[in-house]
Amino acid sequence: MGFHVNESQFDAWLTEQQKTYDIYAPKCFAGGNTFSDVDCIRYGKVNSISKIVFDQKSEYSFKEVLTPISQTLFFFTEEQCKEADPPKKGAIIFLRSCDLHALKRLDDMYLHNGPADYYYKRIRDNIKIVLIGCKHSFESCFCVSMGTNISENYDMSINVADGVYELNCKDVTWNQFFLDLGASRHLVVPDQVHENKTVVKIPVNLTADVARSSMWEQYNKRCINCGRCNFVCPTCTCFTMQDLYYTENAKVGERRRVWASCMVDGFTDVAGGGSYRKKNGERMRFKVLHKVLDYKQRNGYHMCVGCGRCDDICPEYISFSHCVNKLGDAMKEVTK
Amino acid sequence: MDTNTAKLKKNAFRVTKERGLTASRVRVPGGHLEAKYLGVLQNIAETYGNGTVHITSRQGFEIPGIPFDKMDEVNAALQSIIEGLEINQEAENEGYPAAGTRNITACIGNRVCPYACYDTTVLAKRIEKAVFPNDLHFKIALTGCPNDCGKVRMHDFGIMGMTEPQLDPNRCVSCGACVKKCEKKSVGALTMQNYRPIRDAQKCIGCGECVINCPNRAWTRSEQKYYRLTLLGRTGKKNPRMGEDFIKWADEESIIKIILNTYDYVKEYINPNAPGGKEHIGYIVDRTGFEEFKRWALKDVNLPEKAEVMSPLYWKGIKY
Repeated sequence: MGFHVNESQFDAWLTEQQKTYDIYAPKCFAGGNTFSDVDCIRYGKVNSISKIVFDQKSEYSFKEVLTPISQTLFFFTEEQCKEADPPKKGAIIFLRSCDLHALKRLDDMYLHNGPADYYYKRIRDNIKIVLIGCKHSFESCFCVSMGTNISENYDMSINVADGVYELNCKDVTWNQFFLDLGASRHLVVPDQVHENKTVVKIPVNLTADVARSSMWEQYNKRCINCGRCNFVCPTCTCFTMQDLYYTENAKVGERRRVWASCMVDGFTDVAGGGSYRKKNGERMRFKVLHKVLDYKQRNGYHMCVGCGRCDDICPEYISFSHCVNKLGDAMKEVTK
Repeated sequence: MDTNTAKLKKNAFRVTKERGLTASRVRVPGGHLEAKYLGVLQNIAETYGNGTVHITSRQGFEIPGIPFDKMDEVNAALQSIIEGLEINQEAENEGYPAAGTRNITACIGNRVCPYACYDTTVLAKRIEKAVFPNDLHFKIALTGCPNDCGKVRMHDFGIMGMTEPQLDPNRCVSCGACVKKCEKKSVGALTMQNYRPIRDAQKCIGCGECVINCPNRAWTRSEQKYYRLTLLGRTGKKNPRMGEDFIKWADEESIIKIILNTYDYVKEYINPNAPGGKEHIGYIVDRTGFEEFKRWALKDVNLPEKAEVMSPLYWKGIKY
């Protein structure tokens, strides 16, 4: 059902939902960015629609809700261990079409890639999705190139118009809530973009041979292996395990899993002192080809969803989309 | 030719090598101005001066080659700049009220620089409003971070931006970037314990390298802005010396109050026979002892709880 609601009607719905859900959406962390007096837009809990930032892209993605940056799995002491509690409430997540396509990648990695991941599933089973319509594309977006600009599998969508929120609701109880509220009925289709300023072309003849190209060498010096591109990516899922013993009592501790980055030192370290990708160009090559080549060979569709966050965050102005667009020439270089 | 040179100097003009010619000295507090004023300077230089402009070492402009009898016209021409820069002026169209207190300089600050912890120009202008015009010889400089590009330790009051880094441990990915950068570029105040950084608050100088290099917003800046206040650095003929740390984690209010208190102290203790009524504050402190200075400087100052006051202070430097 489609509705037009005002701020107080929407907040009435939010208040109702907060009895059973935490509401996660892009919001403004004042002064929370790297440089002084700069705000950071990223995901956090909100209790009013006025707190949701609709006119900017979040620097970090929604994945923090489903795959927490640092997630304690269990606590241990001497002979016993205790599983960490799941979140007390489910989650309603506000996200855009590219991110909803990223959710499919997270699901395929954590639920369908061998046995389902217990810790992922127990959060995933209790989420609902509110799709944020995109009236305009942001500068670095290339969702159209990646085919992620349109989404259907949401519980509700929201378009922001002048003083009114346009909803397309698929959830039966939510529909009833808005009807009871007296919200006016309208036909609503989620806003979609059909072209981006950034266009990415992945060569159809792309193979792993491109690894031999000289194009990767420039990144040896340009890239500082900070890992920001991985941390903001809604489809990166790598983590590492940490067992730690509390400093006050070394008989007690916890095991947690923490985000890892294939760009950061240590990612490919193995027992015996080996390290497989030492140069930043090699790391860049691995990451880029995982996003637009070998993931597709396994899953049938590309991993990258074209959100462009990696382009926006890179402190060295390395553009992933620009790099992908050089793959065609690189293929020519290695096949001549 | 009859000209009152004292009056001329107090109006931001200079007695130059060339008889009958002066130079107009245009102060820019905080060193940042709207580009349109450059056109005004060009016009003055080409209409009244010799067509050149000197960029001064204290972030001003000096327009040389102006005949003495054109000073009134130059003052009128300067009015738009004086108003635009919000200079405390005694009478309209009468130019800059020059003073012993020198232009308050600032590095470019956080309007542009990624390292800067605050807007240096805004604070420079705030201090300007509080202290100008004043005949006493005070030099005040601001810099955005402990890199000290503003060379504030060569000033009576050096103001250096600091941030108190805040760690959200749940956003830390144990990448170690903060620890490495603090070790290599700063003071090595961070160590890893149980995969996460521990900050030695005593060592930390508040430079923000950890925040700048954190890839995941685990380290962020404190909402409160802090400053290191350094004291009584100077150049000069007798005993050039670097400013010493006075207060770490100070706030804006306290710094302004301390500067104003120091004017009272100098009025009380300046050598009555000082040439031109100007004496470096450091020499006065050498005479009265630091504790007496401190007593005056900290009068009615309410420092933040975090503030650390260093005492006693000793200065080194070359003595001739």
